[in-house]
Amino acid sequence: MTQYRGLDKPKGRSFFLFWKAMFVAAMLALVAFFWVASSSVEYIWRWNRVPQYFWVNEAADVRAEAEGDVTIIDRQGNEQRVVVRDASGEEHTHLLPGEGKVLVSSGDFAYRGDVLGRYQMNRPGILLEGLWVTLEVSVLAIIGGIVIGVVTGLCRISINPMLRWGAIAYIEIIRGSPLLVQIFLWYFVVGTLINALLEHVGLGGISPLWYGVMALALFTGAYVAEIVRAGIQSVHRGQMEAARSLGMSYAQAMRKVILPQAFRRIMPPLAGQFISLIKDSSLLGVIAIRELTKATREVVTTSLQPFELWIVCAVLYLVLTFTLSLFVQYLERRAIR
Amino acid sequence: MINATNVHKFFYTPDKLHALRGVSLSVAPAEVVVIIGPSGSGKSTFLRCLNRLEYADDGAIRIEGRDILDPDCEINEVRAEVGMVFQSFNLFPHLTVLENLTLAQTTVRKRGKAEAEKKGMELLRKVGIAEKHNVYPDQLSGGQQQRVAIARALAMDPKAMLFDEPTSALDPEMVGEVLDVMKNLAREGMTMVVVTHEMGFAREVADRVVFMDQGSILEVGSPDKFFTAPEHERTKLFLSQIL
Repeated sequence: MTQYRGLDKPKGRSFFLFWKAMFVAAMLALVAFFWVASSSVEYIWRWNRVPQYFWVNEAADVRAEAEGDVTIIDRQGNEQRVVVRDASGEEHTHLLPGEGKVLVSSGDFAYRGDVLGRYQMNRPGILLEGLWVTLEVSVLAIIGGIVIGVVTGLCRISINPMLRWGAIAYIEIIRGSPLLVQIFLWYFVVGTLINALLEHVGLGGISPLWYGVMALALFTGAYVAEIVRAGIQSVHRGQMEAARSLGMSYAQAMRKVILPQAFRRIMPPLAGQFISLIKDSSLLGVIAIRELTKATREVVTTSLQPFELWIVCAVLYLVLTFTLSLFVQYLERRAIR
Repeated sequence: MINATNVHKFFYTPDKLHALRGVSLSVAPAEVVVIIGPSGSGKSTFLRCLNRLEYADDGAIRIEGRDILDPDCEINEVRAEVGMVFQSFNLFPHLTVLENLTLAQTTVRKRGKAEAEKKGMELLRKVGIAEKHNVYPDQLSGGQQQRVAIARALAMDPKAMLFDEPTSALDPEMVGEVLDVMKNLAREGMTMVVVTHEMGFAREVADRVVFMDQGSILEVGSPDKFFTAPEHERTKLFLSQIL
């Protein structure tokens, strides 16, 4: 809904032109300020060093696995094959990509560990890996948060005292303590206990990533629960009465009539909550999850380029949050009713 | 069909309010009973007690012999047999008109989608808005919405219908179209309990008119007798104020 403009004197075209120009001017002034500020501390910008942390292109060697004569060098489809036959007559096959360079020729003698060929290898850099971890953790925590939030929200309005009080206790405890402390509790207390138990019964431990996801999902769930409750209560009670008067059960009415309407209304606050969650995932670095912020911190300590890298880090978070924001706006427009 | 004896209802808002003070009423199959009375007289509350949207505090209410005040009563089964039409329509705004009609059919009656849609279209034709089956409720006028609401209740094949001031929220020129649908329904032999301020409807369609005031039934009679020779002083006063 756009703002109702009929209440005040109508504004002319020049009013909007002037203030648009003012906005652009303010933005330019901000950029100029950073420019002057960074020049005054004599910081040397090296943007050309940033891409290597996104995408690594480096030489990789293929080394002999055994000692013996190089017997065959040929192409097999997309790959090149180098076969080394050892003293006992056993053949060891080495493969390298088609565009790689073979550095030995047939009949050469190769010692174990000799370089047989070399090729350029591409792999994602540490920042891209960090971005991926952030995305993965956020998506998992959002899904968990929605499930926990809807269930808790429904418990919150239940007439069953155990469900209701349980929901209230959960919400108040989670909302009342810092996320950082919760992450520590999850990893160092709960995590230690659970991993010790799992070890006791002969199973492997759970990785820190999952404790991080659990901490974030439970944290978000408490807020989502309150949003869901408000959404449900904002649906007119006549809707529930109409559904029940047709013979539908409470669960049927909730699922088919109340929740679909509630979800349309709570879309904007939910989006805000999930954007918060993406940003809060930056705290997971403290339990050794190398998400975007921790990755950036590591790169900064090795590259000594804090200005560029922290700006890049912020932009990457913006890309994630803005995409989510656009996605929710799209959903809202589709479900306009 | 519907049997209410000595029904009491209290509200605590937060003062204790004795909304129904021993209301008794029997409705025979195919009978049309119109309940009238000043606002706050408890007529809507009584109607809502009949399908347990309000739980009566004392007395007995039987729908087709089933005691709905029994905690073990399968109330959803009873409600499926008793349609209700509300003053504020209460259509489901996130569903199209046709989906409004098919939702309860498929979830409660367990009908197939095709069967439910066939039934839905039949009823939309009956209330005269078949061409609007694909639009959403907020694109309809009040009168059209209320006719959809009636069709939605009828889609369950109810044995009785409760109307809670169905025309009170409508613009005057739309009242007629809704009353016409209700008159047709009465003519077809539907059991109806109607709370309304439409005296013309009461006079024309009702088998019995019930006058309620301050939580009690003061007078019951045929429309002829009720409108021409009311017995009770309070009834006379009320009729003189609205006619």
